[in-house]
Amino acid sequence: MTIHDVIVLIGLSLFLGWVTRKGQRKNLLLLGSSLVFYWLQPSLPLRYLSFWLPTATFFLVILSWVCTSSYQQRWERETIQTAGFMTLIILMVGLTRYLGLGNLFATLYPPRLLRVVVFLLVTLGVIAILLRKETFSNAALWGLFSFFLLLFVILKTPYFAQMASRMWRYVVDQAPGLARAEDIKWLGFSYLTFRILHTIRDRIKGRLSESSLKEYLIYTLFFPAISAGPIDRIGHFLRELPEDQRSFEKDIIQGGRRLVIGLFKKFVVADTLSMIALGPENVSQIQSTGGAWILLYAFTLQIFFDFSGYTDMAIGLARFMNISLPENFNKPYRRQNLTQFWNNWHMTLTKWIRSYFFYPLTRALRSKGTFSVFGVLLITQISTMMLIGLWHGVSLGFVIWGLWHGIGLLVQNRWSTFFKSRLSKLELPSKLDPWLGGVGTFLTFHYVALGWVWFVTPHLSQGWEVMMWLLGVVS
Amino acid sequence: MMSDIKWWRLLLKTMILFAIFNFILTPLLMDGIEKISIYNRVVPGRLRFPFGEDPNRSYNLSLFSLDASFASHVVSDPGGPSDAYRVFVFGDSSLWGTLLRPEETLVGQLNALDLETENGSPIRFFNLGYPTLSLTKDLMLLEKGLEYEPDLIVWLVTLESFPQHKQYTSPIVSHNYRAVRELILEYDLDLDPDHEEFIKPGYWDSTLIGQRRNLADIFRLQVYGIMWGITRIDQHYPESYEPAQRDLDPDPSFYQWEEGEMETSDLAYSILKKADQVAEDVPILIVNEPILISRGANSDIRYNFYYPIWAYDQYRRDMQNLSSRLDWNYVDLWDLVLEDEFTNSAIHLTPRGESILAEEVSEGILDLLNSSMPVEE
Repeated sequence: MTIHDVIVLIGLSLFLGWVTRKGQRKNLLLLGSSLVFYWLQPSLPLRYLSFWLPTATFFLVILSWVCTSSYQQRWERETIQTAGFMTLIILMVGLTRYLGLGNLFATLYPPRLLRVVVFLLVTLGVIAILLRKETFSNAALWGLFSFFLLLFVILKTPYFAQMASRMWRYVVDQAPGLARAEDIKWLGFSYLTFRILHTIRDRIKGRLSESSLKEYLIYTLFFPAISAGPIDRIGHFLRELPEDQRSFEKDIIQGGRRLVIGLFKKFVVADTLSMIALGPENVSQIQSTGGAWILLYAFTLQIFFDFSGYTDMAIGLARFMNISLPENFNKPYRRQNLTQFWNNWHMTLTKWIRSYFFYPLTRALRSKGTFSVFGVLLITQISTMMLIGLWHGVSLGFVIWGLWHGIGLLVQNRWSTFFKSRLSKLELPSKLDPWLGGVGTFLTFHYVALGWVWFVTPHLSQGWEVMMWLLGVVS
Repeated sequence: MMSDIKWWRLLLKTMILFAIFNFILTPLLMDGIEKISIYNRVVPGRLRFPFGEDPNRSYNLSLFSLDASFASHVVSDPGGPSDAYRVFVFGDSSLWGTLLRPEETLVGQLNALDLETENGSPIRFFNLGYPTLSLTKDLMLLEKGLEYEPDLIVWLVTLESFPQHKQYTSPIVSHNYRAVRELILEYDLDLDPDHEEFIKPGYWDSTLIGQRRNLADIFRLQVYGIMWGITRIDQHYPESYEPAQRDLDPDPSFYQWEEGEMETSDLAYSILKKADQVAEDVPILIVNEPILISRGANSDIRYNFYYPIWAYDQYRRDMQNLSSRLDWNYVDLWDLVLEDEFTNSAIHLTPRGESILAEEVSEGILDLLNSSMPVEE
């Protein structure tokens, strides 16, 4: 997102914040989020795809709602109205091709209207069939869950993404030989998937909060949190959705403060640090150990200020619209051990993974009784962190980054267990606590920083080279 | 609590603060700000002027502030041997070193020769070339460079820097209206002090808003200084490049001139004539830099993409005549380097080409030093 995009979003959020207090809150939030989805979708070299991807997003969200909602809810009048509303939005955006409104959505050029209409008829037909189904079995829901995972893997794996690009090129009569993995950039798909998977899983478990189609669409598409989260839970979001008694003035001040912090973090601090941050292109240019550490520190701080800056902006924009999004960062680099770091870094993601992967896996392994406590920890910690790594992209670098943190958490867990009781027996003076805490923070920060090496470098050999420079092994 | 905020007071305070920064502090402090630099203090000074359009890869950028450019250059480093004999070399992109690493440029190779004066002082060369073709640009940098106490000036020139109309078009010239105008008026240069190419700054341009681009460039230059310190990279080196044209168009014209039409007054010789005055008592060695002499198609009409044979020969004759008449220290090295040692332009040399040039220029410098050094009694 550029500063221009943010300025437009600030204007839109303020407008929605003001106008939704006068009524039509959900309709306006849905309209705003849907249009922003089209507007922010990056321009793609694949013909018409920058129109089809947001359109497909809407379809997938509706499909997920149909499968996770109750039969009674599906046949409420509001559902039909919302479906009609979304159809109208898609048609209106499709019509920009003919209305000379190219500048409105500069990055997308919709296909011929006939194709849009055919798509709508087919999807509405599919949805109508599904609507008749009284209930969906867990197997069907797991099928939907797997479908989203599969889509996620395709988009995040360079080989499959390139293959998908090639196939699309065949369909729209573009040169397949020019297909690249980077061709398909689907706005917000990662975060959208997490939100949808959470609802499917909660539906299977029977603990999903009831929501109308409109509310579900707003939850999944809510524009401040499209590109960088946070990943809210539907239950919390639905509690935030109705307007409360907070005054607009109060929301402007609180949201504005957060927004200014976010803008400063992202566009001043992070963007400046990015000029000297470790990256694939400067790995081979390192000439000294000191230089390597400067690049690494710059990246370590840049990724934090960039990501947490976006979160601050999202929270600020949402606040303008009288919605409180969850926090995502809480001084992670000041934590005294790796567990605390992960409890305070990208908190909504880690909570999600913990709830839907770590705990279920731990329970499953423990219930079998075939693994020791250490064995369970080994499997769960490492697989969880590798999963978080793979969420960023299917590459060896991300796997090693996940492995790095998995091993770190495991070692820290064992270390704490082993030393905690022994240290307490020593009865060290409390004056030492800040010093021990400082050592912990120093070690944790540097372990995390060294982990970023694998996150940044696309090839293992490059990561290894950087490590050697950092450790002063080469000169 | 929130309702206690007096919006009009907040707005008023904001406006007053903004006005102070925008209208008073920035115009007052800008000159000082331009001289603040991390170079030569926190990170090593650059070995050539900041210049580049691809900062993400070259860790370098083009900016118009002369003070900031000099402050980032090693020439302003207060350290270094105090007895060094300081030679400032001015010129265009061939001197700056397009496609060359700093140590491969003419100045890099001159420094590698470890020359000494007759009384044993090390000779230290500084690359003050800037990649645009304009004698006015060179003279402007030369005048500014005098603040950094040169003992000798070497000025590499080529015909392409001479046409009168090219004197104003270099962005660093057109954006330094005040400095160039002062130069024109003080030394009575045969140039228009109010030429339309100049970007003439008004009061608003000196405010914070007017200076935002300049300030951002200066700030980015400092940040990229860290990358310069770490990588010693100040230019993007492509894996391949388009070689300079060898097969030439059968076009005998040089700009608007056909053979016999180009007058001496069409070229800015007057700037060279005034250089002695500008440099005061610092000796100047003028070098006509090597050019590509093509052997491809139509090489009977043109030497290269830049020069038809008649124009370049006329220029060389004029330079020879002027140097004899005005007693310039002048070396004509136009055909010193063979065709194979040129890279992507008719004046850009390979490292080997620069090495050949360095040998020849060093001889010229030593000759000049031997003839001008005071004899110890």
